[in-house]
Amino acid sequence: MIQNKKKGLLTLLAILVAALHAIPFYILITTSLKTRGDFSSRWAIPEYFTLENFTIAWQEANLGPAFVNSFIITFFAAVLLIFIGSLAAYPLARRNTKLNKAAMMFFIAIMVVPPLTALVPLYQLVVDIGMLNTRTIAILNNVAAFLPLTIFLYSGFIRSTIPKELEEAAKIDGASTIGIFFRVVFPLLKPVTASVLIIACVFIWNDYQFAIFFLQSSDVQTLTVAMASFFGENQNNLGLVAAAAFMAMIPMAILFLFLQKYFIAGLSSGAVKG
Amino acid sequence: MSELVEKNKSKPGKSAKKRGISGEKSLWWMYLPAVLFVTVFIVYPFMDGVRISFTDWNGFSQSFNFVGLEQYTRMFNDPTTWTVIRNTLLYGIGSTILQNALGLFYALLLNNQIKFRTVTRTIVYLPVIISPLIMGYIFYLFFAFQNGALNDALMFFGFDSINALGNADINPYIIVLVNTYQFVGIAMIIYLAGLQGISKDFYEAAEIDGATAFQQFKKITLPMLAPSITINVVINIIGGLKLFDVIVALTGGGPGNASQSSSTFMYDLYFSRQDAGYAATQGVLVAFIILILSLLALWYFKRKEIEA
Repeated sequence: MIQNKKKGLLTLLAILVAALHAIPFYILITTSLKTRGDFSSRWAIPEYFTLENFTIAWQEANLGPAFVNSFIITFFAAVLLIFIGSLAAYPLARRNTKLNKAAMMFFIAIMVVPPLTALVPLYQLVVDIGMLNTRTIAILNNVAAFLPLTIFLYSGFIRSTIPKELEEAAKIDGASTIGIFFRVVFPLLKPVTASVLIIACVFIWNDYQFAIFFLQSSDVQTLTVAMASFFGENQNNLGLVAAAAFMAMIPMAILFLFLQKYFIAGLSSGAVKG
Repeated sequence: MSELVEKNKSKPGKSAKKRGISGEKSLWWMYLPAVLFVTVFIVYPFMDGVRISFTDWNGFSQSFNFVGLEQYTRMFNDPTTWTVIRNTLLYGIGSTILQNALGLFYALLLNNQIKFRTVTRTIVYLPVIISPLIMGYIFYLFFAFQNGALNDALMFFGFDSINALGNADINPYIIVLVNTYQFVGIAMIIYLAGLQGISKDFYEAAEIDGATAFQQFKKITLPMLAPSITINVVINIIGGLKLFDVIVALTGGGPGNASQSSSTFMYDLYFSRQDAGYAATQGVLVAFIILILSLLALWYFKRKEIEA
């Protein structure tokens, strides 16, 4: 009896927590459904149904092209990260030479450097090489930003879970180092590759701090940059802002709901960087 | 750069010697691309930032002067610096305390076999994957002066509406709250994983010895969670000190510079005030603060782990 009562209380508490955390999303939805002249309370559900805000916001915020830009940048950066990162991690995990230990220290030390301190000179560098407002620079820069973490995750995984015997057997069969890596080791890295992919995709897709520096022209804008300028123009028309914010968060939210288990495992393993 | 190449060149001899003993080669060419990437985009700009902090460069002109420590004395005499440091620390340390307290509470609650626990976990975790900028805008709907949800609620209960985002005494705390709301899910998940790693035997033994629930929490749960606490504190501090997007979305650093963090202040200095040299000086300061605080946190909690 006492057990049941306690459980009921805890369940109630859990519902309360869920409700509290759902409030911002509730406000987002009610606001996005209301027309411009509707000044009823944000808490009230509208008495009519209109998607007007969504169609206007989609057009005016340029969300279509922004989605494409965000997708291209995230996709290519993730592919490069996986390729360069796993390749780099292999010798660092397997060959314990002095040089490799120093290289590993180098990558770990980089993780502590706040990216912002490098932004001012980095911006100048990008201007100098004429790559401002290109998707390429966003891709390359994101790769650099996430490489240390990627290498850290891959090398930890290789060291702790991939048996050395497999590689030794392949070596005896006469396979080259690069052959061993791509044919024997890489296929076994699937779990950690999934983590890297999720961390990289979430953070690169959501990036604003780099994007606002490098992607200011409207044809290369990512979702976050498009959202920021749209907000600047429509600060007094919150229905439009809400609709745009809703559409911008939808792709990640849907992906998350379907792949929740992987997202949580992946993001927690990368949480070391945060 | 050339130093790096040199290092790699001079290495084969050494590793050849090593090969004799363990049969190992460094295979350094496999991580050369990664080293290049990181050097060009992080190490070089970081070093260059330190150089720029000794100049009066405006951010675009070809000419500038080396002014020695002038930017540094200016920084320490600038009252905005102290506002910015206070805010940056508030965002870093305030969010860390709140996220850990709440995250641990949620983990303890949702570690029970109760209904709705999966749903609650999902709702708490969902904001983690949403862009902090967009999360900022969502909260703007909540805190806005004109027809914001908070004021709608206040008015409904007969209170005066408040300009929460425009009030310098309140808005830094709102920023902490929003950042906490967004990332408490990560703390919760890490604590849940930690809790699931604690053997039930400890609690059963404590039960037999007649320990109260609070004693069990203090003597078993907390010490066993020490590694999770370390991870959470370090990542939350680093994340909080770097805060940028949420501030841009909610207050833009205003009113005046009242809610500015180091990140937003540097952005302002560089792009709006053409003061690149000074922006770089502020960057050196925040790099220093982040380094010191993360090392301190790491050292303190590692020591706790060993004691436990």
